[in-house]
Amino acid sequence: MEHVTTPSWAMFAYLVAGVLFILALRGLSSPATSRAGNRYGMVGMTIAVATTLVTHEIASLPEIIGALALGGGIGWFTARKIAMTDMPQLVAAFHSLVGMAAVLVGWAAYLNPQAFGIAEAVAQAASHVIDISPVVTNADLVAHAFAKAQVADQARIATQSCIEMGLGIAIGAITFSGSVIAFLKLAGKMSGAPIMLPGRHVLNLGTILAIIGLVGYFTQDQSLWVIGLITLLSFLIGFLLIIPIGGADMPVVVSMLNSYSGWAAAAMGFTLHNTAMIITGALVGSSGAILSYIMCKAMNRSFISVIAGGFGAAPEAVGGAAKEQRPWKRGSAEDAAFLLKEAENVIIIPGYGMAVSQAQHALREMADTLKKEGVNVKYAIHPVAGRMPGHMNVLLAEANVPYDEVFELEDINGEFGQCDVAFIIGANDVVNPAAKTDKSSPIYGMPVFDVEKAKTVMFIKRSMGGVGYSGVDNDVFYMDQTMMLLADAKKMVEDIVKALAH
Amino acid sequence: MDFISILSIFVMACFVGYYVVWSVTPALHTPLMAVTNAISSVIVVGALIAAAAQGSSVSKWLGLGAVVLASVNIFGGFAVTARMLAMYKKKEKK
Repeated sequence: MEHVTTPSWAMFAYLVAGVLFILALRGLSSPATSRAGNRYGMVGMTIAVATTLVTHEIASLPEIIGALALGGGIGWFTARKIAMTDMPQLVAAFHSLVGMAAVLVGWAAYLNPQAFGIAEAVAQAASHVIDISPVVTNADLVAHAFAKAQVADQARIATQSCIEMGLGIAIGAITFSGSVIAFLKLAGKMSGAPIMLPGRHVLNLGTILAIIGLVGYFTQDQSLWVIGLITLLSFLIGFLLIIPIGGADMPVVVSMLNSYSGWAAAAMGFTLHNTAMIITGALVGSSGAILSYIMCKAMNRSFISVIAGGFGAAPEAVGGAAKEQRPWKRGSAEDAAFLLKEAENVIIIPGYGMAVSQAQHALREMADTLKKEGVNVKYAIHPVAGRMPGHMNVLLAEANVPYDEVFELEDINGEFGQCDVAFIIGANDVVNPAAKTDKSSPIYGMPVFDVEKAKTVMFIKRSMGGVGYSGVDNDVFYMDQTMMLLADAKKMVEDIVKALAH
Repeated sequence: MDFISILSIFVMACFVGYYVVWSVTPALHTPLMAVTNAISSVIVVGALIAAAAQGSSVSKWLGLGAVVLASVNIFGGFAVTARMLAMYKKKEKK
């Protein structure tokens, strides 16, 4: 029988691992300390894995090494190859793996509770076992497990562990299926438009209540069907919760699933009495929750309304009152280059459209040229620019934009008054003044850049037809000082760079 | 360890997490997500216990499956974080 009491040095080692994980996050408070932080994280993980391997009798070392090598290889290779634009999908995919791992660990613990030290005291358990012959071979045990969940009789799981395990499996399963949907939407393999099922709120609530009820029932009846049903319903609810959420809300969803993956790990940590897992779970859980909060606030949406879904569903009928054709000015790359060269202060506002057309490198080239001409160039990033928190910062960093030229919304918004050119590339809703003035607008209340205060606004856009994610028209297009640069973002920026060279 | 000590650790860790995460600069929120992803794969501990144990071969294979998934995340998560953070490095020298 597996030895289950963890020696105290091992408990200490897990605690050290937990503290190293805290330091890993702490390091991210500035780019300068972040790399050391990441190394602390790696050391912490190594300690956790090594401690587990040393303190357990290992019946199958080659398989374990094989599994680590296989997973590690796939992970490392993916991390090397992935394009920075695709980070949101990658993170969603990684979340789904954590979720699935939690489900598998939960099931493994259910099928072999002794190994996890969550079986009730042997004396108690023995009373249940009398009529069953002691399990001798693995095959026997498997047969039992799948026949009538005899395993539960053979070694009852402690009540408290049942709840922890049930919740761990449920949260893990929700994380998995939710992340898979988020991945498919982010990767464009599935339409980003919200899919609304009739009566979904009732359906969702019912499913959640059923899961909670079943987890409670699981403490009484540890049959296979109970845990099976918990797993199935949780997969279902994860799926149901994410499909009605539209593409614009994906930053919130990704953060939320980040949080879930943490809670799943924490629940498993409770089951295993493992401090490293509990500390990490709590850290990741709160991290994801805070990021979701920041994202919601940046869009002026309540968390509930995001979860309820449906944002950006049908083009809002609000502006449909025969949108009057307002005059706007179209500029050429040469006009833009001329004005930019004459400017003193330029603020660039990149949005997801920049990432889509991969214009960040050309953009940095343009900024470099302007800086050589003595123009003061800054970048302004809205919290929801991109498809996940901080996505735009990474894309600019990849294009070698120095991070001290990149500013957050609240730090730079006061500077538009002194700004000669506000250069908007691939952003739309985040510069829409309707968010400040029009109470009927769906984006009303969302913090936006005060670009209308700039002397000139250049707006790169593919065509006049398209609107932002919110589906709202933007008054900035029609302002006197606005010059619309209609083209693919990358092509336009490259043309401006060429024009600047003359 | 009894339940209450575990719960205490959990509650304290939530508070630590709250303050630490608010101190993270918004420019590094994407690396933050990648690294939290990597560390939440500490669930590999549970996977290893299942994979190493004798007694149930189904449990063992589930454990091995979880080890594969978690290690994709561990290596992938730390590697991609390191890759992103390296981009922020180059600029310091300028």
